[in-house]
Amino acid sequence: MDWSWDLAAQALPKLLEAFLRVTLLVTVVSSIGAAVLGLIWAIVLREAPKAVAAIVFRILDIIRMTPIPLQLVALYAVLLTTDVSFLTIGLVVFAIHYSTYMAESYRAGIESIRPGQWEAATALSMSKARTWRAVIIPQALRATVPSLGNWAIAMFKDTPFLIMISVPEMVTAAREFGGKNFSYGEPIILAGLIFLAASYPTAVLMRKLENRLATY
Amino acid sequence: MDAFLDDLSTAAPRFWDGLVVTLQLGLGGAVVAFVIAVLLGLLTLSPSAWLRAPARAVVEFFRGTSLVVQLFFFFYVLPQMGLDFDPIPVGIMALGLNYGAYGAEVVRGSLAAVPKAQWEATTALSMGSVQRMVRIIWPQGWALMLPGLNNLLVMLVKGTALASFITLQDVTFVADDLVRTMGKLFSFGCAFAIYYAVNSLLSSGMRVLEMRAQRRLGLKPESRKAVKRAEAIAGVG
Repeated sequence: MDWSWDLAAQALPKLLEAFLRVTLLVTVVSSIGAAVLGLIWAIVLREAPKAVAAIVFRILDIIRMTPIPLQLVALYAVLLTTDVSFLTIGLVVFAIHYSTYMAESYRAGIESIRPGQWEAATALSMSKARTWRAVIIPQALRATVPSLGNWAIAMFKDTPFLIMISVPEMVTAAREFGGKNFSYGEPIILAGLIFLAASYPTAVLMRKLENRLATY
Repeated sequence: MDAFLDDLSTAAPRFWDGLVVTLQLGLGGAVVAFVIAVLLGLLTLSPSAWLRAPARAVVEFFRGTSLVVQLFFFFYVLPQMGLDFDPIPVGIMALGLNYGAYGAEVVRGSLAAVPKAQWEATTALSMGSVQRMVRIIWPQGWALMLPGLNNLLVMLVKGTALASFITLQDVTFVADDLVRTMGKLFSFGCAFAIYYAVNSLLSSGMRVLEMRAQRRLGLKPESRKAVKRAEAIAGVG
């Protein structure tokens, strides 16, 4: 293959546009959604009646063990007749899928809190809600945040799965550009480099954060 | 109920064909990933910077550039360079390299987590580097790395669901194809059940390996809760 700088220069703005408009948007919005949902799952698994918690646990397990591409095409088929946009389907699937992983991260964070903290909250006759809000969550987050960041990076690298429901994210754009210009090399290599340029520094940052927030 | 059984008997052969493709990619990818993980994991621990630096670069490259990009690179770009492969080897190669790079981090981290005194003791006994790794460090690291590898295996099997983009008809493709004739609930329900069953089976297989490794070290197997926690902390970011 002959690398064409001309073709690469043509592809780059198209890729960056798709990157900013879809890839980054999905990563940010779905990460926030997953972080909120994950915390809810973690609290439900601890506080809900045993039977409810067992059902939630099983559902989360099924979501975690089945592929995102399948979840995308399934939700797409279900919502096909409604006017929900494909992008929204993608946002929802990514947020829910990764919330199941983040729930485990929260759980690890919550379990790292020493029992004395729960006991102290009881001794001060704090309500359940206040114990969570004022005592448990702020401390648990310390151990959880870097791990949430790592899942967000993983989600970022999974965004090309959106190709299953033809949402025009960066790799879809690269494939289209390659097909039009009879050369896949430039756009696909560029897409890979953009992923690398965005995810590697973030991963290094997360490692630093992990060391700074480590309590023990 | 009869209608359901009828559907099942019509759909079963299709799903079976899909499952064969999914398993070929999954197990083939797992074997390649394991070999790469061990190789790169050991190289990134090497005392020589000439071995360590390129291995690190390869690991970061394959971890950082997204599975889909790698899959498309092998499928679309390599033929342009005159290297033509069948879709199955392409899928196995992409999955193996991507998850192998993640696995290398698990291998490296687990071997590095073997207590320092164990490394020092091998020096005190003047063991060679091969003997040290094979007899002392690896068996202890192996027990530590299995939970992480278990996680990655599940992720790898999930990664196979992209097979339709390299013209393969895997379980996800079959489900999507059967929607028109069999209905959404039935075809997707089957697909979810198949992936869940495959991954649960593989996961419990890995758990057995893990308990065996721990027993051989004279350790009590950890409680499920502790394992879950360790997995969550290890993550796969």
